[in-house]
Amino acid sequence: MSEAQTFIPGNLVRLADRRPHPEAGGSGAGAFATILFPPGLEALRDERGEEPDCFVDLNLDQIVGAAVARRDEDVLRPIFHSPCRSEEVVRYRQAVFADLERPEIFGIFPQFGEAMRGVHANLRYAGEISTGSHRNTVILRAAGLYCEAIAAFLRNLAALELESEGLKGLHAYLADYARSPSFLELARETAAQREALSRVSFGMLFSGDRVKVRKYASEPDYTTIILDRFARFRESGIAPPGPAKPKDDFSLNHIEEAILEFVSRLFPEAFGSLEDYVSRQGNFIDEVVARFGREIGFYIAYLDFIRPLRRAGLPFCRPIVSASSKATAVAESFDLALATRILAENGTVVGNDFQLSGPERLLVVSGPNQGGKTTFARMFGQLHFLAGLGCPVPGKAARLFLPDRIFTHFEREEDIANLRGKLEDELVRLHRSCRAMTADSVVVLNEIFNSTSLDDQIFLSTQVLERILAIDAIGVCVTFLDPLSTISEKTVSMVSTVDPEEPARRTFRIVRKPADGLAYALSLAEKHGVTYAKLRSRVRP
Amino acid sequence: MKTFLMHPDRDFDPRSPSPRESLPSAQDIELEVLLNAAAGGDRYFHDTMAAACAQAWDNDIETIRYRQEVLKDCLAVPALVRKFYDIAIEPFGRERSWSFSLYDRDAGQKVASGVRTLQSCLDVLERLRKTCAANADRFASRGFRQFFATLEKNLDDDWLGAARTDLTNLSFRVGLLLSAQVGGGGKAVGTVLRKPQRSDLSWMHRMISPAARSYTLQLHPRDDAGAQAFAELQNRGLVLISDAIYQSAEHVLGFLRTLRSELAFYLGCVNLKEQLDRIGEAVTFPEPQAEPNRFRCRNLRDTCLALTMEQRVIGNDIDADGKPLVIITGANRGGKSTFLRSVGLAQLMQQCGMFVTADAFGASLRSGLHTHYKREEDRSMRSGKFDEELVRMSGIADVMRRRALVLFNESFAATHEREGSEIARQIVRALLENDVTVFFVSHMYAFARSFLDDERALFLRAERDESGARSFRLIEAPPLPKSFGTDIFRRIFETPEAADARS
Repeated sequence: MSEAQTFIPGNLVRLADRRPHPEAGGSGAGAFATILFPPGLEALRDERGEEPDCFVDLNLDQIVGAAVARRDEDVLRPIFHSPCRSEEVVRYRQAVFADLERPEIFGIFPQFGEAMRGVHANLRYAGEISTGSHRNTVILRAAGLYCEAIAAFLRNLAALELESEGLKGLHAYLADYARSPSFLELARETAAQREALSRVSFGMLFSGDRVKVRKYASEPDYTTIILDRFARFRESGIAPPGPAKPKDDFSLNHIEEAILEFVSRLFPEAFGSLEDYVSRQGNFIDEVVARFGREIGFYIAYLDFIRPLRRAGLPFCRPIVSASSKATAVAESFDLALATRILAENGTVVGNDFQLSGPERLLVVSGPNQGGKTTFARMFGQLHFLAGLGCPVPGKAARLFLPDRIFTHFEREEDIANLRGKLEDELVRLHRSCRAMTADSVVVLNEIFNSTSLDDQIFLSTQVLERILAIDAIGVCVTFLDPLSTISEKTVSMVSTVDPEEPARRTFRIVRKPADGLAYALSLAEKHGVTYAKLRSRVRP
Repeated sequence: MKTFLMHPDRDFDPRSPSPRESLPSAQDIELEVLLNAAAGGDRYFHDTMAAACAQAWDNDIETIRYRQEVLKDCLAVPALVRKFYDIAIEPFGRERSWSFSLYDRDAGQKVASGVRTLQSCLDVLERLRKTCAANADRFASRGFRQFFATLEKNLDDDWLGAARTDLTNLSFRVGLLLSAQVGGGGKAVGTVLRKPQRSDLSWMHRMISPAARSYTLQLHPRDDAGAQAFAELQNRGLVLISDAIYQSAEHVLGFLRTLRSELAFYLGCVNLKEQLDRIGEAVTFPEPQAEPNRFRCRNLRDTCLALTMEQRVIGNDIDADGKPLVIITGANRGGKSTFLRSVGLAQLMQQCGMFVTADAFGASLRSGLHTHYKREEDRSMRSGKFDEELVRMSGIADVMRRRALVLFNESFAATHEREGSEIARQIVRALLENDVTVFFVSHMYAFARSFLDDERALFLRAERDESGARSFRLIEAPPLPKSFGTDIFRRIFETPEAADARS
């Protein structure tokens, strides 16, 4: 794939602009600023908080929602909402993805991300604490996590053969940073403080509504005495459990806080030294590291999201992208949102191919219902969106155009009471889309005008399609109107099919052929797997 | 400490299958009738019997014989066994359950409820042991003998006395001492439960010993969150012992719970036997066969039909040894369905370790019972009837294992005979190749005929005498090309009610 990626149809000029790859640990390190944009192109960042209009129709909201769930949504959502038309940015991200797709490289990131999230959470928390002894221990914990995270991450990076400009740049930057005197001093002091605190051993004597806090005075362990006494009741020896992990091992309640404050008075030297440390080292986080820690989540989230699909054997590829050529070719791709659901139900995901070459601009998909036409349309839209994010896309291979916008028009839920109003709304929306549309746009139309008469449908659909074709946008149109597939040399007819060998199983395969409106028949026994041949192999031993 | 009354080597799992995943074939063999007779109005008996039925297919011959022995003891002295049961259920009766309840909200409650439960259970076990010891000579089965031995070995007086003392000692009224270190974020770590100093326990000692420097935090009376925090901190120490205490209590309670369920199974069988005695239906203990493809019965009767009719019913003599396929054809209302049901029930009862309603019965062990019966029209189904039959067949294939027993009743007849016969033939062939035993009631002559030359098949036919009255007894005979259902058809379909029902 890497060779193919350097192929940029009709856009060779940009190659010359590309910066040389900085050597790992070399002088180019300072150039690294973000893992999302190559050095020099940071200005292309244009993140949107709100979902793009096409999100719901394309089920991208499900995909992104699942990908960012339980992660730093505020940071990640805007990245996922903002595809980029720059081939260079897309390739920069694709290269990072390519590195991360190697398990040994990917493996080091979740740990780092988790650690950095912990650092930030601790600092946020420390800001809310009024008791000095408590606040200082929290800041110390944050610094400890930070130093460990940097050291471990750098150690891990050094052991890897990185290929991408992004990760190489990061490595060089971190190597410099970790050698800096300020970082070395931070690490040394932090370790010393933690060590000192861990030697502070105290006793808590609870009786009724009081607790007395004092230094530990070598009282014997009571647990073993009790365990021995009751061993006979148990069927088999259970290992004495470790002390309970506190329900909340992150924050202290006011009782714990008060006890800690007493402990700090019992051990004034240790806590005085901690106070000094915090005033010197309180602001320890490096800006570039912090940003990387947040933004790498974009890559991790997406790869985590598609991992189960890959493991199930579904192909993903880094598409060859172009901002100028509309030559499009995709092999064995699928709807990412649907595939996720199907996989959860142990179903089979069917891949589909499509192409646009020469003058071809619009795929017109017809054929039997329930044959996967809508899914195909979603897939088309998703592919173009995901490609613009720089993400690997579903499919064995893909060559995709980077659109300026994706317009979607999907049949809405039927509302019998207001068909006329619905048609009007739909036309208003289409009109607005057509006006905003450019030759660089992608259009996804799914069963538009279904709520009106057949003649109307043909007339309206033809009118709309002709306008879109005149604008020269690319797209897909799902319809049961066969004639739409032949209105122009720019249209390509595709049909949902049934497998002649196995007519019972819906193939969900959409193939390039003239629309024929062929229906499919079901061979029931075959479908249910209870023919002789099928059933024979189904019985478990 | 284990009861081992159901399995020689493990506990019985009395959890009743949920209604949805209960025996899928229960409806077709009218199992509910049997369960209700065994329950005698006690829901717990019902559910326990249902669980035993659901698990029947995993029992080996040894387990079946083991249970037969225990059941014979129970049938001999039912009153004694009911006495054992009454003692065993004490912890589960409503008015006493408070002292046997285990809360696991936190370590402190675990310790407290564990101690209380143990104290109560020990009382029950002691009485149970004494009752058993007094009557041990009236039991012959291995199951009961080793159960009594277990009680004697584990619950002797010395042990009970020592255990009670231990429990009394286990209280922390005086004060709970923990040690810890300062961990990340100021959290106390390395918590260890410590034996308090003498001066911590008594006011006197406190007066005479020099006090170390300390700070005391007094909880505000209205500080509920603080009280919770106190409890949580103490629990970090208590949790070190609470699991051990709790598990001990749970184990003893579990022993009683298992005993209850195992006795409930046998008492359910006793109830059932008493019901059948009342009707005059004799029972016999089956002889499970180790070899595959055995099926032999003499005067095998449908237990549930007898219970429903409350009278003795007609049985069948069949020798199907070496015949994994039994095809039953013949007259409608000729006893085909009854026979099919009696086969399923007897197989299930044999594998539970129960008796069967027959003069003699012996069959190979099966890995499961599956029934595929013609269903009444199901209006909620959008797919066609034939489609629905295939869906159900597929569902059976999903869960079936080799050596299963499948009962088909008029299956695949929802399409025309040629198609239905072909599907049925393919299915049966596939099942036979998987060592599955098939009993197939069918009107499809084309289907039955296709196995005429197959050595694996036995053909039974519902008899019909000259007068048209049915004997409900099956004879060994090949299928006839025609059904005798015309008369029944006329009666059912050409009466006004039937017409109404159809419209």
